[in-house]
Amino acid sequence: MNAPVVTVTHAAVGYDGRPVLRDVSLTVDAGEVVAVLGANGSGKSTLIRAVLGLVPLHAGSVSLFGVPQRRFRRWHRVGYVPQRLGAGGGVPATVREVVASGRLARRGVLRPPGRADRAAVDAALAAVGLADRADDPVATLSGGQQQRTLIARALAGEPELLVLDEPTAGVDAASQEAFAGALRGFLDGGGTVLLVAHELGPLRPLISRAVVVHHGGIAHDGPVPEPAGHHAEPDHDHVHPHGPDEPAGLWSS
Amino acid sequence: MELFQYPFMQRALIAALVIGLAAPALGIYLVQRRLTLIGDGIGHVALTGVGAGLLLNRSPVLVAVVVATLGAVAIELVRARGRTSGDLALALLFYGGIAGGVMLVGLSDATSANLNAYLFGSLTTISPRDLTTIVVLGVALLVTMLALRPALFAVCHDEEYARVAGLPVRALNLLLAVGTAITVTIAMRAVGVLLISALMVVPVATAQQVTRGFRTTMAAAMALGLFAAGSGVWVAANADTAPGASVVLLAIASFLVVALAAAGRRALRRRRAEAATPAPEPHEVVLG
Repeated sequence: MNAPVVTVTHAAVGYDGRPVLRDVSLTVDAGEVVAVLGANGSGKSTLIRAVLGLVPLHAGSVSLFGVPQRRFRRWHRVGYVPQRLGAGGGVPATVREVVASGRLARRGVLRPPGRADRAAVDAALAAVGLADRADDPVATLSGGQQQRTLIARALAGEPELLVLDEPTAGVDAASQEAFAGALRGFLDGGGTVLLVAHELGPLRPLISRAVVVHHGGIAHDGPVPEPAGHHAEPDHDHVHPHGPDEPAGLWSS
Repeated sequence: MELFQYPFMQRALIAALVIGLAAPALGIYLVQRRLTLIGDGIGHVALTGVGAGLLLNRSPVLVAVVVATLGAVAIELVRARGRTSGDLALALLFYGGIAGGVMLVGLSDATSANLNAYLFGSLTTISPRDLTTIVVLGVALLVTMLALRPALFAVCHDEEYARVAGLPVRALNLLLAVGTAITVTIAMRAVGVLLISALMVVPVATAQQVTRGFRTTMAAAMALGLFAAGSGVWVAANADTAPGASVVLLAIASFLVVALAAAGRRALRRRRAEAATPAPEPHEVVLG
């Protein structure tokens, strides 16, 4: 029996002494699509950031592919899709250049890109429907297309686990569909997905399990809960501000 | 052109060209990081190294490399912690650096002309030994920045992603910090501590007015840096102006020309696009 892809055991996380997660445990097995749901500020983004080692644990432990995260080195098995493209400074970069950085985890820092790298970048661009925008500057793309660029960057590394932070927040319908298609292709290839979401939209049929984070703990772990109240109305427009997850550092970009 | 028959002018030209090529190759990463003024800060720190070198009768450029590298590593460690108190730590380091430099130069036998040579550059007084230092360090820097471009791009573009991808983020950041220190110290002899940032940043700012990708921006910025350095030294030799200032002013002049041309082209394109779009549909409702 293979080890679970992600194991979180009694994890606790806090920023500046303010606890965000307390005693959270979660397991993701190979082939699963697990959605982490919850309100703004519930700690759902913090949970996946802790899984990726971007925020330190105060207590508990995280394992990836059966290896304690501290000793985990095979990061090319993990593809991370952040919520949005960082400001990235003023220097222009093409879609292809951003997607190509997804190959670094697999290739290493010193080796120049080869034919396999270029083929993987082309395939990732095609998978998210951005092949025709490959040589355009990323800054000229719509929000949804930028999100697809980030997904292509993760896919280019040919990961086994995709971790996505709110992939559908503020993304137009066409991009959501393209994204759902790319995710379906990834799952058909035997991939595992852990994603944070606010609303599931066209992803809903793909989700195999939902975990609801509430007040820093796990309130539900099982089938996707049915929307209730005005959230259930078919034309419910889910609009509200997204607060920052953590105070931005002075020199962080 | 006969001025360039003199060895000191040839050295000045070679040094300027190496720096003109290397400074933007590093500067592009700083611009991408929005750390465009960090070169200025490290320049302040390097001045303490110059002072120490003059005082100890060692090569000021080499001592400055060591001191600036230590300063850059300290700044990077503060940056990596990402706390607001870092702002204050940087201010202390910068002003401590320049004050230390002025004081040490004062303690040594050097004159204020020596200090000026480092503050504003003094290309024509570059010794053959200085030139060797500049060429060796400049070429090493250039090769590193070009060979590690994909990794450095990834770290500067999205540091969190680079961390999750398992890249040696801390080592790459320290490499950039050390590279900045080296650029600052070799450029110090050419354009001076007070004008270094210009050579690292202005060619990049010029290039990105017209480029679409990172690689093309880097290539164009290096070409512009080479042009500004070469023509700056030529102007300085013929018009008898300060070489450092001439190089920087030419870099800024190319920025203005390119920025104006790019703005003009955008305006023209917009007007054409407007002429091509059909009239909007009539309003469906009347808003009172």
